[in-house]
Amino acid sequence: MDNGKLIYVDNNATTKVDPKVFEAMKPFLTEYYGNPSSIYSFGGIVSKYIDKARKQVADFLGALPEEVVFTSCGTESDSTAIYSALSICSNKNKIVTSKVEHPAVLNLCNYLSERGYNIVEIPVDKNGCIDVQRIDEAIDNNTALVSVMWANNEIGNIYPVNEIAKAAHAKGAMFHTDGVQAAGKIPIDLSKTEIDMLSMSGHKIHAPKGVGALYIRKGLRFNPFLIGGHQENGRRAGTENNAGIVALGRACELAEQNMDYELTEVKKMRDYLESEITEKIPKIKINGDCSNRVPNTTNVSFEGIEGESILLILDKMANIAASSGSACTTGSLKPSHVLTAIGLKDIMLHSTLRISLSRFNTMEEIDKVVETLVYAVKKLRDISPFWKG
Amino acid sequence: MWNYTDKVMEHFLNPRNVGKVDNPDGEAIVGNLSCGDALEISFSLDENKKIKDVKFKTFGCGSAIASSSVLTEMVKGKTLEEAEKITNHDIVDKLGGLPDKKIHCSVMGTDALHAAIANYRGEKPKDTNETKYEGTVVCHCFDVTDVKIRELAKENNLKTVDEITDYCKAGGSCGECREEIKQILDGLWKREKETSGKDISNQKTVLTFAQKVMKVQEVIEQEIRPALERDGGSIEFIDLSKDTVVVRLKGRCASCPSSKVTIKTFVEKKLKELVSEELKVEQE
Repeated sequence: MDNGKLIYVDNNATTKVDPKVFEAMKPFLTEYYGNPSSIYSFGGIVSKYIDKARKQVADFLGALPEEVVFTSCGTESDSTAIYSALSICSNKNKIVTSKVEHPAVLNLCNYLSERGYNIVEIPVDKNGCIDVQRIDEAIDNNTALVSVMWANNEIGNIYPVNEIAKAAHAKGAMFHTDGVQAAGKIPIDLSKTEIDMLSMSGHKIHAPKGVGALYIRKGLRFNPFLIGGHQENGRRAGTENNAGIVALGRACELAEQNMDYELTEVKKMRDYLESEITEKIPKIKINGDCSNRVPNTTNVSFEGIEGESILLILDKMANIAASSGSACTTGSLKPSHVLTAIGLKDIMLHSTLRISLSRFNTMEEIDKVVETLVYAVKKLRDISPFWKG
Repeated sequence: MWNYTDKVMEHFLNPRNVGKVDNPDGEAIVGNLSCGDALEISFSLDENKKIKDVKFKTFGCGSAIASSSVLTEMVKGKTLEEAEKITNHDIVDKLGGLPDKKIHCSVMGTDALHAAIANYRGEKPKDTNETKYEGTVVCHCFDVTDVKIRELAKENNLKTVDEITDYCKAGGSCGECREEIKQILDGLWKREKETSGKDISNQKTVLTFAQKVMKVQEVIEQEIRPALERDGGSIEFIDLSKDTVVVRLKGRCASCPSSKVTIKTFVEKKLKELVSEELKVEQE
């Protein structure tokens, strides 16, 4: 079947490496393979590029270069932040978080809960919004850390992280945010916030997989997660991923340059997609807080059909790569914890599609997605015993 | 992404026999929205009592739709007796295979077919969700009973909880029932092993107290409970003091007016026969 060129609309899962990012990292995969810790100039030259990347990431986050630690991924950054807070505040054993965190935070919290930590997961309302007051009420003087994501990966909601950080500090707790989905989609200026730690990941912002960063506010007490060599000023052992770090730096620089485009053009495509499908397909529901979302994400439920089968049609008919919150796509049998947390009804819960765009998408692609979706939903509803159209 | 076979994709993209038969002779729907998949099947018979027309509607993933579609092709022209003999493995084979975690889609196919045939015979209303499966519910997420789990395990030689999950989804969501499923499997296969080695009725020699407790439990699990479960009831061993066996009747048996009769004429009789003549049985 000739199903055409790939239409990639799953950018919250991972992103294409920007060709400019690839150009920047390439020499570090080929000729500049020196160890930046080595004393000779062949190592020293690499170390200069790592410094440059650190500055690029810091500028992008509104941070100081010494506040940036390179890691291997968003998950490592999350784990590092959480374990550090618990070991620094070893007399406290409570973590306050939300029900809609990424598994990188949620599953670690479950693990800690089994080992005696008191984990409080704050629920969200039907639009996925968090009530800061509820978080505030849950924080007490036994709370070591509050960790709430900046933007949600499934529904795109943006959370009031600075307000939550203030609430945490008022009661002596640290505040960490998983910023993986916020970075590159909305402006971040940490100098204007009280956030203590922020995780980010390279492959969500057009750098390759295998590199991430953790922002650690200057002066914050910190314990490393990986113990070993002196790299990253003793805060993260392990020989530097030179190419990945250079790529992350360049990707941050490009994300900064493209921020306006993200907020206007990418948003325009997302909004157009939503208005088209809302007009052309009956009985659908856009999930999340439409007034406060990242500009690239839409999460939509189609009554009476199942998510995986929608994805399969998109894939087979038009080579469209999207994602679903339905259980069947993962084999876990469990529908997405985020969609469960917002209380979606059964008829919508298994029929959700997430489309997440990037600056590499085009309006023509959106038209193709709309056209294929209209076809897929009609076809599947015709087969469904629950569609009384 | 799942590695679906070309056959699965072909049936998924071009499903056969979609819809509902006019004036069906038998029809049923199994599964529901909260489980994430459901299949409605309806058929009509010709003058020779062979399936003349059969149609389906499915809410579910690609493999659920493909399983339903291929099943309708397989049963057309068959007598109900022939159709009933189709197993979920036949569906999987016809599709050139299904991923392990999607086997339950084929099980849903045969479940729906059996329910529709039962509906034709006047045994069941078309919505089987109204008449719960026999036994006690073990997995509340997907509404799977111990009877169903034992049946699937025996038919398909399933030994692990994960295999059970692949076949009927039980234990695959919150996971709270996994331990219970494991116990059911352990009980089932331990019994099989012992009975295949030796006939337990020949074991009526002098028993120590501990052996007696074990034996009573074994007979209850192997002989008595399955029989009660066929009638929608169940039984649990509570205690043994001297020669008095204390049990708790569950399910339909618990509220059955003739439960005392059941105890005396069935439970006690079996235990006397297979463990010791001295035994008496009392309800908790």
